[in-house]
Amino acid sequence: MHDLIALTALGGADPETCTIGSVTCSEVPDVALASVAARLGREGETHSALAALIGQKAPGIGQFSGQTLIAFWAGPEQWIVEAPFESHEGLAELVKDGTKDAASVSEQTDAWARFDLEGPDVQSVLELLCNLDCRNLATGGAARTSIHHLVCFLLRRSTDFFSIYAPRSSAQSLQHAIVTAMKSAL
Amino acid sequence: MIIQHPLLGPRDSSEFVYLGDASLIDRPDWQAENAAETFYDYAYLRDNPAGENRELWFHEGGDRSWLVVTRNTVTHEISKVELACDVARMRGRSK
Amino acid sequence: MTQVNRLNGGQIDRTSTLNFKFDNRNFTAHPGDTLASALLANGVRLIGRSFKYHRPRGILSAGSEEPNALVELRTGNRKEPNTRATTIEMFDGLEAHSQNRWPSLRFDAMAINDRFSNFLTAGFYYKTFMWPAAFWEKLYEPVIRRAAGLGTMSMQEDPDEYDKGFRHCDLLIIGAGPAGLMAALTAGRAGSDVILADEDFVLGGRLNSETYSLNDDIAANWITQTVAELSAMPNVRLMPRTTVIGAFDHGIYGAVERKGDHLSAPSEGKPRQILWRIYSGRALLCAGATERPIAFENNDRPGIMLAGALRSYANRFAATPAQRVAIFTNNDDGHRTAADLHAKGVKIAAVVDIRPEAPLNGDYEVLRGAEVIDTKGRLGLTFAEVKLADGSNRTLDVGALGISGGWNPNVHLTCHQRGRPVWNETLSAFVPGDTLPPGLTVAGAANGIMSTHGALKSGAEAATHALDLKSDAIAIPTAEDAPVTQTPFWYVQGCSRAWLDQQNDVTVKDVKLSHQEGFQSVEHLKRYTTLGMATDQGKTSNMGGLAIMAEIAGKSIPQVGTTIYRPPYTPVPIATFAGRMRGKEFHPTRLTPSHHWAKERGAVFVEVGNWLRAQWFPLPGETHWRQSVDREVRQTRASVGVCDCTTLGKIDVQGTDAADFLNRIYCNGFAKLAVGKTRYGLMLREDGIAMDDGTAGRLAEDHFVVTTTTANAVKVYQHMEFVRQCLFPDMDVQLISTTEAWAQYAVAGPNSRKLLQKIVDPEFDISNDGFPFMACGNITVCGGLRARLFRISFSGELAFEIAVPSRYGDALMRRLMVEGEEFNVVPYGTEALGVMRIEKGHAAGNELNGTTTALNLGMGRMVSKKKDSIGSVLSEREGLNEADALNMVGVKPVNSADKITAGAHLMDASGPVDAANDQGYVTSAAFSPSLNCYIGLGFLKNGSDRHREKMRLVSPLTDLTVEVEIVSSHFVDPEGERLRA
Repeated sequence: MHDLIALTALGGADPETCTIGSVTCSEVPDVALASVAARLGREGETHSALAALIGQKAPGIGQFSGQTLIAFWAGPEQWIVEAPFESHEGLAELVKDGTKDAASVSEQTDAWARFDLEGPDVQSVLELLCNLDCRNLATGGAARTSIHHLVCFLLRRSTDFFSIYAPRSSAQSLQHAIVTAMKSAL
Repeated sequence: MIIQHPLLGPRDSSEFVYLGDASLIDRPDWQAENAAETFYDYAYLRDNPAGENRELWFHEGGDRSWLVVTRNTVTHEISKVELACDVARMRGRSK
Repeated sequence: MTQVNRLNGGQIDRTSTLNFKFDNRNFTAHPGDTLASALLANGVRLIGRSFKYHRPRGILSAGSEEPNALVELRTGNRKEPNTRATTIEMFDGLEAHSQNRWPSLRFDAMAINDRFSNFLTAGFYYKTFMWPAAFWEKLYEPVIRRAAGLGTMSMQEDPDEYDKGFRHCDLLIIGAGPAGLMAALTAGRAGSDVILADEDFVLGGRLNSETYSLNDDIAANWITQTVAELSAMPNVRLMPRTTVIGAFDHGIYGAVERKGDHLSAPSEGKPRQILWRIYSGRALLCAGATERPIAFENNDRPGIMLAGALRSYANRFAATPAQRVAIFTNNDDGHRTAADLHAKGVKIAAVVDIRPEAPLNGDYEVLRGAEVIDTKGRLGLTFAEVKLADGSNRTLDVGALGISGGWNPNVHLTCHQRGRPVWNETLSAFVPGDTLPPGLTVAGAANGIMSTHGALKSGAEAATHALDLKSDAIAIPTAEDAPVTQTPFWYVQGCSRAWLDQQNDVTVKDVKLSHQEGFQSVEHLKRYTTLGMATDQGKTSNMGGLAIMAEIAGKSIPQVGTTIYRPPYTPVPIATFAGRMRGKEFHPTRLTPSHHWAKERGAVFVEVGNWLRAQWFPLPGETHWRQSVDREVRQTRASVGVCDCTTLGKIDVQGTDAADFLNRIYCNGFAKLAVGKTRYGLMLREDGIAMDDGTAGRLAEDHFVVTTTTANAVKVYQHMEFVRQCLFPDMDVQLISTTEAWAQYAVAGPNSRKLLQKIVDPEFDISNDGFPFMACGNITVCGGLRARLFRISFSGELAFEIAVPSRYGDALMRRLMVEGEEFNVVPYGTEALGVMRIEKGHAAGNELNGTTTALNLGMGRMVSKKKDSIGSVLSEREGLNEADALNMVGVKPVNSADKITAGAHLMDASGPVDAANDQGYVTSAAFSPSLNCYIGLGFLKNGSDRHREKMRLVSPLTDLTVEVEIVSSHFVDPEGERLRA
C-alpha cells in the first residue's frame, strides 16, 4: 500500500459541510468513478456488461440506476459508473474487466468533485444555480448541464436530495456559488 | 433561445457553442483532382441566408453531441434539430 | 413637518410611522407609501430640475412610467441616481436627494438655460459644437455633461449582492391587475404551474387605485381573497416587486425581482435584486394601460399630473398634491378623478373638458368645450389659464391639475420580437398586433379592453385558451363594464413650449422643428429630438410626439408608425445583469492539485485561462522576479526542477480506430506509433493554419492519451468531437477529457531520473534503456499508487512527466521535494518554463498564434501527404508556400547587454524602417540565464537560410533599435543530447 495522503477537491484532509436553513451542502470525496463508452456496434454487449456490474438495467437517456455501483447516463452510449472509493479505488479496472473490449473505459475518479445538496428547500437553491427545470427532473434522473459556467452532472437521488459533479479543479468556485445561493435563498 | 435536443428535450442555448453552417459536414475528398478548389470553397464560402439555415451547434454544457439545428435567422424559429452524426451518415459520411 | 396633504382612507398603515429625509429635510410617512406619495402627503410638489432647461419639476405619474420625479436614493456607496420616486417603496430611514440642481433645488443657477431655450432646441449640440473637432472631447462634452444631466453616481463599489436565477412554468402572467389575477385563478385552479409577476409591491394593479366594487363588495376584499387563494396553491408562485423586462426567444422572459429595495439595506447574504430567466410554456401579458397627457403651454409645472395618478394618490395612498385641484380631460375617465377627489374632500375648482357635450356634475363645475392654454407658478402650479368655449379666458386658482388624454395599452412586451402594434380607431391608441412573440397572448387593458369586467373576463378566457383548459371553469365577478371610446386630442393649438417628453425636455416646438429640418420618420424624430430616449423610454411621451408628427406631415398616426420597443421595460442596474459574476467570481477559478502547497511556498500566481498557475517561487531575499526565475532555470538545468503541468489538456482517445483518428486530426502520422511510445503532434485547422500542438502517448493498441496546450484544451476537445461525429461518424473512437483526473508534474533536469527512481516502484525500469526518450507507460509509485509516466521534455533537459490521481497530487509534490533535497530540487513556475522552452526553441502560443503554418514553424515536412488529415490540402496553397515565407528563427543581440522585446520587427541592417522593408517579427523573448543574455524567437522571411545574418530589431512605438543576429531557434543543446541522456 502506498503512503501518499489524499486531499479532497476543496484541498482539505476531510470533506467540508455547510448547512444553512434546511439545506446541507456536503463535499463527498468517497467516490470512485469510471467512464464507459460503448464501442461502435458493441452497444448491446456494453449494456449487458453494465447491467451485470450495477445489478440493474443499464440506465437510459438522462437516467441513473444501480445499487452499490451506480451508472449514470453521460452522453449517447456513454455512462459514468460510481462506487464507494474505499472499496472500489480500482473501479476503472473492474469496469474494464466487466466490459472487455466492448467498451472504452477511463478512470474519472478525480476528474470530478461531488457535492451533495439535501434538504426540503433544495429547489430554491437550485433555481439560483442551474437553468434546468430541477423540479421536473424525476428522482433517478441524471442531467449534464451548466452550473455557474461549469459543466456539471446533476443527479436527483430522492425528492430533496441532489448530487452535483463538477470539474474537480473548480470545486472551490462551485462551493462558493452553492453557499452563496444557499445564503441568498434560505 | 431554446434548442430541442433530440435526446434530452428543451435546453437553453447558453449550454451550446455555435460553429456555423452545417455544410461543414460535407468535407471534400482530399484525393480528388480539384481538391484544392473544393477545400477552398469548403473552408471559406458560406451562404448567409436571411431565413432558414442549417447550423452546427455543440452541446458543450451538456452531452457533447454535435447537432444540426434548422433555424430561421430572422425569427430565430427552430424547426428541426438532428444529431449531427445521423445527418453525416445520411449525407454519406462514414470513416 | 406634518402630512398636510394626507387624506382619509387608502392602503397605508397609519399604526406605524416611518421617518425619511428629502434634501436633508425630515418627513414622516406610513408603510404602504411610495416616496412620491409621502412627499405629496407632506406638501412637497417640487422634486427635481429638468434635464436641459433645469425647469422645476414634480411628479407626473404614480408608477414606473414616471419621467420627472427622479431622485438620488440612499447615500454613500448605496447611492443610486435617477430612481423614480413613484416606485420607491417607503422604508424607515429612507434618504433621497433631488438631482441636477446647484446650489439648491429651489434656486438652481443653471435655470438660466431656460432663458436661452430658443437656442437649445432640437439638434442644438449637432449644430453648435461642430468645430474645431479637438474641442469636442476636451471642452464641449465635459461642459455639456456637467450642465445637462441627471443624478450623479457614488463612484464607490456597490456593496450589495445580486443574483441570477431560473424558473420554469406552464404559464407566466405578467401583471397582477384584474386580468392577471383572474388568469392566475383560472390556471391555478386547473392545476397548472403558474408564475404571476407584478412590478408593484401590492397585487391588484389598477384596482388598488379605483373605487369600483367587485361582486357588490369593495375591490380590495376581492383582491385579498384572490391573493390568499393563490398563495395557498403550491402550483402558483406569486412574484410581487418583479418587473418582467423583456420577451426573448422561445418563451423566455427576463424579470427583475427587487428583494431588498424596500429595506434600508438587504440583510446579510441576501441579494438586493434577482434577475430571473423565466422559461414559460405560455405567457399572458396583463400589463394594463398608461394614461397619456395633453400638451399645452407650460404643462410641466410641479402639481400638473396625470389624472389617473391623482386618483391613485387619493384612493390608494391617501395623498393629494393640493387641496384645490382642476382636471383637464378629453374623456370620461378624467371625470372619475374629479368625483373620487371630491369624495375625499379635495376641492375641485373645475373639470375642463374639450368636449362640448361633456357630462355635467352637480358637485363641481364642468367647463365644456374648454382648454387649458397656459399655467403659472415658479416652483409649482398656482394658476391655470383656461380658454372657455365662448373664446373668453378664465384663470383657475389651483395647486394641482390632473390631465387625461386617454389611455394607451402597454404593448411594449408584444413588440420585443419585432412585432408592431396596430391602430385602434375606437380607442385612438395602438393595441397589440398579430405578430406577438410566440406563446404570448394579451388580456385586459393591455389588449385594449378598458372596462373592469372586460379585464376580468379576458384574463380568465386568455388563461383558458392558452392552456387549453375546460372553458366553464370559473365565475367572473360582477364589475363595471362602461364602454370606452377615446377621441384623439394631443395638444392645445398654438402652444409651443409645451412638453411632450419631460425627462429629455422635448417640446411640441422641437417636433415641429424636426419636421421642418427634414427629420420626419419616427426613428429620425426620436434621434434628432431625443424624444422617448430617456430612462422612461417615452412611456408617456412617444404617442404625443408621433401624433404631432403625423399631423404636421399630413399623415395618419398608423402611417407614421411607432419606434421599436426594446427591452428592458424599465431601467435595470448593470449589477443586476452581472449577478454573482463579479470581481473574483467573474469566472470560475481552476486550481491545480499542487495549489495549496504552492501557496504555502509563497508562489506568485498567474491566471492562464481560468487556471491559477504558479508563476515563480520567490525565496527570502529575492526582490525581483528575475532573480527567482533565473535561479529556477539554472537549478533545473544544473540538477532537477519540478513544475505542475496539470493544466495541459488531456484527452483519452480509445477505440479500434483510435490510431486512424489521430492520423486525421494531426498533420503528422500516428498509425505506426508503437505501444509505450509518445509522439509530438501538430494539429492544423482546415485552412492549413496551425491550431494546437501537443503529444500523444500510446498506452495500448486502442488507447492514446492526447495532450493539448492549456489554453486550447476546450477548443481542441470540441474540434475532436466535431471530427468524430460530423466527419467520420463510423469510426470506432471514443473521447473523454481526463485533464482534471490526473495531477501531472514535469520533472526536468539531469537528475530527474535519479529523483524519480526514488519514488517509482522498483519493478519499473526507467533507465535510459528501459524507458528511453519518448517512452510512456502505466507504472506505480510510492508503494503501489497507480501512475502514468511520459518521457517527454519541454525544457530540453532529460525530463519526465508523471501523473497520479489528482487527490494524491499534493502529496506527490511534497514527496518529490523531500526526496529531491539531496539533488537540490527546485520547484519552477510558468516563467521558468517559458524561459526554458524559448532557450530550447519550442513553439508555444506566441508562435501558434493563428497566423502561422507548419512551414512557418519549421515543421513543413511533418505534414504527411500520404494520408487525409485536417488542413493538409489547404496547407499546400501557393500563398502559404512562397519562397520568402516566414520561418521560425532565433534572435540574439549583437551587443549582449541589449534587450530583445517581443512584438518588435526585424529590418535589414540598413535602409528605411517602414512596413515595406519589414522582414519579420519577434514573438517570444526572455532573458536566458543559460546564455547570459536576452534571446528571442520570431518569424523571418526565408529565415531558415538567413542564420548569422545581422539585422535591426526595431519597435518605433517604444523607440527601440537593437542590432541582432539571426540564429537557430535551438539556443540550448541543439543536437538534443541532453533529453536523450
